[in-house]
Amino acid sequence: MSLVHRVARGVAALVIFVAAGAFAQGQPPIRIGSTLALTGPLAATSLVHKVVGEIYVEQLNRRGGLLGRPVEWIVRDDQSKPDLARTLYEQLITVDKVDLLMGPYATGAILSAMGVAQRYNKVLVHHTFGIPAQAKYDMQFPAWSLGPTPEVSVPNTVFDALAASPAPPKTIAVVTSKFPSVHFMSLGARDVAKKRGLNEVLFLEWDFGNLDYGPIAARIKDANPDFLWVGAIGLEGNQLLEAMSKIGYTPKEHFYMYPAPGPMSKSALARNALSMTVFEEHPPFTSAPGAKEFIELYHARAAKAGIPDTAVEVQAAASYTAWQILEAGVRGAGSLDDKAIGAWLHTHPVDTIQGKLRFDGPHNYGDDLMRVKQVQDGHWVTVYPAAYAAPGATLRVQ
Amino acid sequence: MTLPSATLVAQSALSGLFIGGLYGLMGLGLGLSWGLLHVINLAHFALAFLAAYLCYQLASVGGMDPFATLALIVPLCFAFGVALQWLLSRFDLSPLNSLLATFGLTAIVEAGIQGVWTADFRKLETPYAALHWQVGTLYVPAAELVTLAAAVGLSFAVYAAMRFTDLGRALRALAEDAPIASAFGIDARRHALVLSGVCGALAGIAGVCLALSFTLTPSQMYAWIGVVFATVMLGGLGSPLGPLAAGIVIGVSEALTSAFVSPSWAPIVSFTLLIALLLARPGRA
Repeated sequence: MSLVHRVARGVAALVIFVAAGAFAQGQPPIRIGSTLALTGPLAATSLVHKVVGEIYVEQLNRRGGLLGRPVEWIVRDDQSKPDLARTLYEQLITVDKVDLLMGPYATGAILSAMGVAQRYNKVLVHHTFGIPAQAKYDMQFPAWSLGPTPEVSVPNTVFDALAASPAPPKTIAVVTSKFPSVHFMSLGARDVAKKRGLNEVLFLEWDFGNLDYGPIAARIKDANPDFLWVGAIGLEGNQLLEAMSKIGYTPKEHFYMYPAPGPMSKSALARNALSMTVFEEHPPFTSAPGAKEFIELYHARAAKAGIPDTAVEVQAAASYTAWQILEAGVRGAGSLDDKAIGAWLHTHPVDTIQGKLRFDGPHNYGDDLMRVKQVQDGHWVTVYPAAYAAPGATLRVQ
Repeated sequence: MTLPSATLVAQSALSGLFIGGLYGLMGLGLGLSWGLLHVINLAHFALAFLAAYLCYQLASVGGMDPFATLALIVPLCFAFGVALQWLLSRFDLSPLNSLLATFGLTAIVEAGIQGVWTADFRKLETPYAALHWQVGTLYVPAAELVTLAAAVGLSFAVYAAMRFTDLGRALRALAEDAPIASAFGIDARRHALVLSGVCGALAGIAGVCLALSFTLTPSQMYAWIGVVFATVMLGGLGSPLGPLAAGIVIGVSEALTSAFVSPSWAPIVSFTLLIALLLARPGRA
């Protein structure tokens, strides 16, 4: 081929590329609708999901969008109210006429959105639904890889980790918030602990929004268990730690279900605290395709958004995963047809930054990918199982 | 069922005493405003949280001692209280409408706090947080002790002011019968502005105490409303000492319920006490 021909072909390819780009730009955007709790008690965590969604949509548009069209994300504030989330999802479908849906935060709002999605036969990918047995809609797809029976599998993973530690516990105290997605896990932990021969020395429940953790701390101190299971969400874990510290008590080994990640890892009182994770900023998680770029982007954007702790962990990773699932579903189906997307996702595992997710199990849940992490030297690090542990990290005991 | 140990009961009661002091401190300004000005000021909670965030900002970023921040926060909150009363007096609101109006203001302040500090958790790290004394087997945390002392001191100071000063007598007279009090030369508008300012300042002090002991998030302000309202109603509207006594009764009752039964039963205590009181003395609230 002569030089002239090669140049001509190169110019032609360039023209086609630019024209295709211009065509894509001229296409109406694919509109993805969702709500997030931008105000109200769940706003702190929702801000993480907002930042992640913005990052993902920007990345997606830089890659050429979906099906040759740019993507626009419409996000409404559900004020942490599941009933409002229901209304807003109705509006997104019937008034805004969005092409696709993305789930809200958290379990209550997701359940509301799921009902609306079911009524209109829309696919709903969601980030953090905590009670798999209640996800009865066939076209909902969870990014929160708890497995179908987390109330059994998650406590078993925790107790396996403790059994492998230098000081396996013999007694347990289960104290828990009555927040729904936390409470059922704690009740599951009680059953699993009993089956594994742990002696329960204390069981306590409190209402979400409790103000005085002093008496709870006093009862824990009185029971003095080898292992403390705290069914806490958000700041409850920190509040209990502070209350225990004020009466001079340090738990021997302690686990928190859904802690506020930043405040807990930064608290000196949370030394060796355990929790669950699907992603932390260390290998092998960071070897997943796109993970490093996402981490860098998230650090910058989270700092700009005023989020005190800019580390990518469970919430941010689950959020990113949800967008990966939706993108994979649309690309796999080659269309915006919800039934086609749902059918594709049912039969194809999706590679995400937390691993391979499948949706062919009960309630569309696949494997339980939850790992055990621990606060070590002011950071969360995965400690169990060994294959997912941070380099050199092992479970520490007091 | 095994009985809890004496240490557990005593430590729980102490914890209840401290939280009860804070209920009383939060309820002091609210009750005065409700009883004497007939303004059910929900913005009292918003102002307390705004003060808590200001304390956090001045201490964490500005490097001030948390107690020194009172020198700035108290006058600011006083001014807020005066401005609020000035605004509300323009509309001649009924108590119920004042509740609705100040609820709207609360939402605005909450949005403002969220805009500046985000919805994320903010914890004031001070040496006072870890400071505590051991008395026998009991632990006495310094920050909570200071809060209780502030609640007791301010409640008695307000009681003395109401009883022994001309301003206090005038305020009580206005609450009793405003037209007659005015006929005797009491300037109702000016006195209402002063009292509202004092209530604002009390909210500011409560806010600093909150920041010393609690991690802050804007929506947390709503968690206090129910129990502090119960405290005020139980203690008596406009009473300076009532909220303190009621707060301590509620706090200790909740704590002992947690120690003997379960923490999940504790929230029922304050409202059960309130219902019992209303049944026994229907005119109380």
